[in-house]
Amino acid sequence: MKNVFVYCEITEEGHIADVSLELCSKGRKLADELNVDIEAVVIGTKLKGIQEELSPFGVDKVYIAEDKRLFPYTTLPHAAIFSKLLEEQQADVVLVGATSIGRDLAPRVASTLRCGLTADCTSLEIGDHYVKKTDTTYKNLLYQIRPAFGGNIVATIINPDMHPQMATVREGVMKKEPVRRKKLAELINIDVKKYVSDSDFVVNIIERHIEAQKVNIKGAQIIVAGGYGVGSKKNFNLLYQLADAIGGEVGATRAAVDAGYEEHERQIGQTGVTVRPKLYIACGISGAVQHRAGMDQSAQIISINTDLEAPITNIADYNINGRLEDVLPKMLKYFKQNSK
Amino acid sequence: MSFRIIVLAKQVPDTRNVGKDAMKSDGTVNRAALPAIFNPEDLNALEFALRVKDSRDDAEVIILTMGPPRAAEIIRESLYRGADKGYLITDRKFAGSDTLATSYAISLAVKKLAPFNLIISGRQAIDGDTAQVGPQAAEKIGIPQITYAEEFLGFNGDKIKVKRRLERGVELVESACPVLLTVHSSAADCRVRNAKRMMKYKHAKTDIELQELSEDYMELLETRPYLKINQWSVDDLGADVSFLGLSGSPTKVKKIESVVFTQKESKSLSDSDRDINGLMKTLINSHVLG
Ligand SMILES: Cc1cc2nc3c(=O)[nH]c(=O)nc-3n(C[C@H](O)[C@H](O)[C@H](O)COP(=O)(O)OP(=O)(O)OC[C@H]3O[C@@H](n4cnc5c(N)ncnc54)[C@H](O)[C@@H]3O)c2cc1C
Ligand SMILES: Nc1ncnc2c1ncn2[C@@H]1O[C@H](COP(=O)(O)O)[C@@H](O)[C@H]1O
Repeated sequence: MKNVFVYCEITEEGHIADVSLELCSKGRKLADELNVDIEAVVIGTKLKGIQEELSPFGVDKVYIAEDKRLFPYTTLPHAAIFSKLLEEQQADVVLVGATSIGRDLAPRVASTLRCGLTADCTSLEIGDHYVKKTDTTYKNLLYQIRPAFGGNIVATIINPDMHPQMATVREGVMKKEPVRRKKLAELINIDVKKYVSDSDFVVNIIERHIEAQKVNIKGAQIIVAGGYGVGSKKNFNLLYQLADAIGGEVGATRAAVDAGYEEHERQIGQTGVTVRPKLYIACGISGAVQHRAGMDQSAQIISINTDLEAPITNIADYNINGRLEDVLPKMLKYFKQNSK
Repeated sequence: MSFRIIVLAKQVPDTRNVGKDAMKSDGTVNRAALPAIFNPEDLNALEFALRVKDSRDDAEVIILTMGPPRAAEIIRESLYRGADKGYLITDRKFAGSDTLATSYAISLAVKKLAPFNLIISGRQAIDGDTAQVGPQAAEKIGIPQITYAEEFLGFNGDKIKVKRRLERGVELVESACPVLLTVHSSAADCRVRNAKRMMKYKHAKTDIELQELSEDYMELLETRPYLKINQWSVDDLGADVSFLGLSGSPTKVKKIESVVFTQKESKSLSDSDRDINGLMKTLINSHVLG
């Protein structure tokens, strides 16, 4: 059947996680290119309305495994259901979010299926692969593209022989794009008892404290980001004032987070979130490769830096040579006076 | 019967200091060109194991690593910090193994060390950042897993209690043993080397290392058997070679590119009112702002 499968994560609020919807969008495109279907797998409890949530993203089929013991997530029951289903359906491409849950689940499942798994892909494409030694061409493989070695190289990984081809992708890397289609995804309820045994419930959750996501810089159209050059927590107020006025969110580099100027949730880059706003204003940011990995797809980049040699200047559309303490108030003032 | 804890630790190239010759033409890592260090989260894993050991009087901590002969360094390092024994899995036939093949070899070694009660690994290694070997080894050994362990909270009868660190919170979980834990970087830092243990173990060697040493060493070893670091090959593990190395690894590297950022066409501006106001005007007129 060779279809594309997406593991859909359920949030605390009982909805499909953004990262899963992003993967459904990407999966839809891959499936179109491969001329196959895309199927979503949802495992949890109280899953009413899930079919409606997923259909706008072009999913053809939704498998639902519902049992009160399946939420919150624990490894073995989810892994048992997901791997058996993938095997039965002979899935060819499997996408999982690179979240706490996805990175716990995917390797376990890949080990059961004895297939390859590439973590944290930043891009997925379809392509062929030619092996000279045996003069064979593998058609329509999944190119799993990811940074490696602390972001110093970009590797394209393939799994020629042992399928399915599995990949995890971080939240925000792919775009969430509804398709124009009225059709509701076909719904298939799984008989949970056939897939899991009581012994799969050996790990007990005694207590949980999970916070809902507070800030959402990933979805912001405008980001005013600050680096170590901002100099203090207090100086970040300059960024907030501008961001509030122009309708943006505030982001930060790891150096700024490590220095305690900002909270980790706002960190952008390889070990933070990936963003692609229409405008990115980088204030006091040198532009290390790990930071650029999370923002270089922004439509326009303005850099404010005292150092005109900083690496960020290579990717910025506008380089303002100056101190952010002087520049940001000027930008704010002009905007307040001139916007309608 | 002792309570056996096996810690999985890896020697990794220090990816914070990567040079041009770090990758070989076949797409694998040229480890010789990089300084080798104890994978940071594996030190957290070792500390976790030592804390479990400290909490009871029947526990032993065994360190298990797979890598080239010089990976024996991290076994010695672990002995200095409190581990009781070490095993090095080394064989040319392992070269090129991806996480699936690695976890297969590790699972065989772990099974050879049965009976065991806890397997503790780091969450991820900084060379690949995959975080896959822990869960894959757990699956191959056939035991449950608890990922992202942050704190050891004690035992409840036979069950171990652990605090997990998740993206947006924490979870307290409990599991029967044996179970595999992967330890998060937010867990306690590893204790430092103990001077007495350094004296005791600085001559600990693997067979390969012994080949280069004098007869006197052999005598030393006879009187102090604890100085021998055990070494296992593919044959010792009874491994099926088709599951190992490049042939046993489903993932292949098709292409490697170093990251070079091409210069964009960009405008340089000063911090004068004129330049800033001009920029803001452009942004407002093109509806990027406002
Ligand atoms: C494995 C790994 C993962 C990482 N992941 C990330 C990640 O996800 N995100 C991330 O951001 N980093 C990450 N890093 C860290 C990264 O390598 C850099 O250290 C970090 O991005 C640097 O942050 P910065 O630009 O704020 O600081 P710096 O490099 O210190 O740059 C400060 C800049 O501010 C300028 N400046 C100083 N004063 C002023 C002023 N008054 N006005 C204007 N400009 C001024 C300076 O000229 C300089 O260019 C990672 C590193 C590693 C090893
Ligand atoms: N070659 C190895 N030898 C011993 N342990 C390993 C090896 N490779 C990985 N591990 C363990 O698995 C964890 C995750 O590794 P990785 O999947 O490579 O990110 C590491 O932190 C180690 O504890």
